[in-house]
Amino acid sequence: MSEPSKEWPLWEVFVRGKGGLGHRHVGSVHAADAKMAIEHARDTYTRRMEGVSLWVVPSAQITASDPGDAAALFEPAEDKVYRPPTFYSIPDHIKHI
Amino acid sequence: MAKALPPLAVCALRLGDDALICGQRLSEWCGHAPALEVDLSLANVALDQIGQATHFLGLAGEIEGKSRDADALAFKRDVMDFTNCLLVEQPNGDFAQTIARLFLFSHYQELLYAALAVSKHERFAAIAAKAVKETAYHATLASDWVIRLGDGTDESRARMTAGLDWMWRFADELFEADEADAALGVDKAALKPAWDQRLDAVLADAALERPASRRPVLGGRKGRHSEHLGHLLSEMQFLQRAYPGATW
Repeated sequence: MSEPSKEWPLWEVFVRGKGGLGHRHVGSVHAADAKMAIEHARDTYTRRMEGVSLWVVPSAQITASDPGDAAALFEPAEDKVYRPPTFYSIPDHIKHI
Repeated sequence: MAKALPPLAVCALRLGDDALICGQRLSEWCGHAPALEVDLSLANVALDQIGQATHFLGLAGEIEGKSRDADALAFKRDVMDFTNCLLVEQPNGDFAQTIARLFLFSHYQELLYAALAVSKHERFAAIAAKAVKETAYHATLASDWVIRLGDGTDESRARMTAGLDWMWRFADELFEADEADAALGVDKAALKPAWDQRLDAVLADAALERPASRRPVLGGRKGRHSEHLGHLLSEMQFLQRAYPGATW
């Protein structure tokens, strides 16, 4: 039987920069549980006024795409330039787009 | 020296010294904490405390009116002139002992700042109103760790119990008041029931016994310190002692 890990589990940290914006992934912290993860995320990632809200998610709960499938998943989009909405001019006063 | 100061300068000096020594002690964990995240967490608290110390010591210097700024008061006084409570100068010991110290101190500091924030002395009130939010976080952080360690493994429980046992005899000094405190208009003794209530609630969650009352150790406010403060100062003040007036 393997020894229980002495490392705390890993949590992914998401920060909302300000009201109206979405939470963005900023990194990860080790913590014993969700409450400690929020405290560690606060102390690690919001010390310099980076955010107004935090999410933490157990890293083990993240399902990632298989790097081996990257060609099939992402390369077909490369020649579909008509999909990015780059043909519109954006008015100067629109900040978050 | 402290006796010659106006009462409000004495009050500002005590508040500043408490925060300064608390911050300096905590900063000794930098690079040594049990985990990187805890290292950052303790360093954050230390920086908050040193920030508060800068404000209160600056205010003490202004009230004194002899052109001593916060740096002069922090780095150019000897141990007998420091007026911090004995609790904050106690050695870090292990992590649990450090948490025990922060637990006792930050709940007191939060209650004190909350009372100061509505004081008629505007300068004190302004610093306290900003600092109380920081201190509320410190109290939560320390309480969470008391619960985790107390209600954790046999070893963590034994260490938390020993840490609280070390610090407990310095708790009464926090609520000791004299004529200088009367000038500030905050009744420290009146904060004690709320402090007791907060600590008892956390200790109950942590399944820890409240340490037995014992003869309180006093004297910090009058400059009578434990041997630990001298060692702390010799490190904190090293640069100004070796190279007086050095700047960079």
